[in-house]
Amino acid sequence: MSELTFTLLRLGYLVLLWVFVLSAVAVLRRDLSLRSARSRKRSDDGGAAAPAPAAAAASPPPPRSSGPSKLVVTAGPLGGTTLPLSTSSILIGRAPSCTLVLDDDYSSSRHARIFPQGDQWYVEDLGSTNGTFIGDQQVTSPIPLAPGVGVQIGRSVVELQR
Amino acid sequence: MTSQSSAVEPRQRRPLRLAEIFLLILALAGGVGGFAMVGLSIRGELPDQFWFRSGLLGATALVAHIVLRLRAPWADQVILPVVVLLSGIGMSMIWRLEISGSVGMAPANVAGSMQASLVGVVIAFALLWILKDHRWLRRYTYTAMVVGLVAIVLPLIPGLGREINGARIWVFIGNYSLQPAEFAKIALAVFFAGYLVTNRDTLALAGPKILGLQLPRLRDLGPIILVWIVSLAVLVLQQDLGTSLLFFGLFVAMLYQATSRSSWIVLGMTLFGAGAITAARAFPHFQARIDVWLHPFEPQYYDREFGSSYQIVQGLFSMANGGMFGTGWGEGRPFQIPFAFSDYIYAALGEELGLTGLTVIVLSYLLLVQRGLKAALSVRDGFGKLLAGGLAFAMALQVFVVIGGITRIIPLTGLTLPFMAQGGSSLLANWIVVALMLRISDSARRPSDLPVRGQVAAGAPAPEPEPILVGSPGSDGGTPVDGTPAAGTNLPRRRIADRAPDDTGGSSAPTEHIGTEGPPEHRPEHRGGERS
Repeated sequence: MSELTFTLLRLGYLVLLWVFVLSAVAVLRRDLSLRSARSRKRSDDGGAAAPAPAAAAASPPPPRSSGPSKLVVTAGPLGGTTLPLSTSSILIGRAPSCTLVLDDDYSSSRHARIFPQGDQWYVEDLGSTNGTFIGDQQVTSPIPLAPGVGVQIGRSVVELQR
Repeated sequence: MTSQSSAVEPRQRRPLRLAEIFLLILALAGGVGGFAMVGLSIRGELPDQFWFRSGLLGATALVAHIVLRLRAPWADQVILPVVVLLSGIGMSMIWRLEISGSVGMAPANVAGSMQASLVGVVIAFALLWILKDHRWLRRYTYTAMVVGLVAIVLPLIPGLGREINGARIWVFIGNYSLQPAEFAKIALAVFFAGYLVTNRDTLALAGPKILGLQLPRLRDLGPIILVWIVSLAVLVLQQDLGTSLLFFGLFVAMLYQATSRSSWIVLGMTLFGAGAITAARAFPHFQARIDVWLHPFEPQYYDREFGSSYQIVQGLFSMANGGMFGTGWGEGRPFQIPFAFSDYIYAALGEELGLTGLTVIVLSYLLLVQRGLKAALSVRDGFGKLLAGGLAFAMALQVFVVIGGITRIIPLTGLTLPFMAQGGSSLLANWIVVALMLRISDSARRPSDLPVRGQVAAGAPAPEPEPILVGSPGSDGGTPVDGTPAAGTNLPRRRIADRAPDDTGGSSAPTEHIGTEGPPEHRPEHRGGERS
């Protein structure tokens, strides 16, 4: 085998190895972008899965087009986490079965629920030990929750955002 | 917070794993290309058994892929190809050293290496087939501890263990030799994961705070002291710094993972440092290692009969000769390094593939470790998190110790490079690690089983769920993991569970992650079912 062929093969082999590594990285990246695309799709589907499945396939459900679109954890161990809102309620607590599982020693396993009714979102305390607060006011019965208002759950604060 | 969306739609089809096929083809091309180039450059023709061995490699990869499709369809798609590539490159190098005909390379045996890999793959994928849920392992927490400790001690038993090259880490059964420490690594990872999931709250939260460090209580220190003593015993009695570092590092890393208290790292490093320095003072064997590490080119160390720096220096020359792009398969002289086929395969590859190739190898390990850690982040139960994180960390630490030793970052120790170096135990054990990683990543990426639970809740009266007192440390050990969605436990807990005292600050799950709970649209059904 000539020197040249061998050099080409040798470099070609290294190129092959790099192609492998870069493809693997590309797969990981695609994984990420797929995920986010999927979750966006899901927040849309969330509306469609409710009473009228065929009604709103592409656009978010009408009542929420003007209302809040996400739940944001603004303080606490999970600060920065966002959750897309759909038509269903969001269960918040430490239990793994909650929609938003707080990693917070001061919250109960099923601490509070945030749910939509009509055009309005409500927050309800589920008998938590340390209570749910809006400002200084303890939530004792379901009360309406406006976007931008922080709800204190344990050490965490969550709020609805548009 | 991608884990939020990792729950994906429950109606999603099983993934086709096309990315894995694509990467596998590239990885196989790497391995087979290595085989071919070794033969072409040394003999001028394709080596004997080229087709047989390439076919075997391909067939193994294909079978593994099919098993994954059937049994763990959501498992990570990058892990298998990376491991196949590393194995392929490793075998090519062992083959290359075997046919170099050099006297020192007589023990190089690619057939044996392939055999061991094959057995490893069979065991690993059989395990993957049988083990439907990694949480099943949690039941064997203390069994794993016993197995791990026995495996560590085995080489010390006279008649069974044997000392080779100054380290007593081998067990001989008939004609077969084993390095039980490699398997102990897995057993101990299982034990630590099970133990820490149960006890992390006491370890994390009780105890005095000194200098900003949350120190654990003295009585909670028991297990870490025990592991420290065991790893020191390994160090002293078996004279194996690498394995001892691996065990101790694994434990400290998993403690940190479980409690997120940096005090454990400080404490662990201090303890290990103290132990290692004492050992270095007390045992000439270690002192020699350190001298050789610091001054490999000094004639007094290079020329001495025992513990000379010859191997280190040859490894460095080898890598220097490789330079940026390497000499090419079969063109260098890596057979001049002692043990180039096992402990020093990294330097041998450095000579023939150059820095460019070595970077690929290190990146491949990085990908593997990253996938393991990613699985740990996104899996939904604490045990799985700790196990995946621990195994990934052990892999990373092992690679660091080996490559660090060869490149003179740390003193040279006797660990093997996973998947590449010749050595049956290491190959076998690391394939099992891969199987566990794949299993955990499958359950991490699997769409949650919510629809199933939804049906249960909506249909017939829900089966009596055990009131799980989330929040009380006593019960924390027993059940909380089983309450995660994938377990299929009934979701609606009794309200009594919610009202259980929360003992604020008592129980926490520092590494539990935010809900990857599935589609919210199912939740109303649950609640409906619960109330009815």
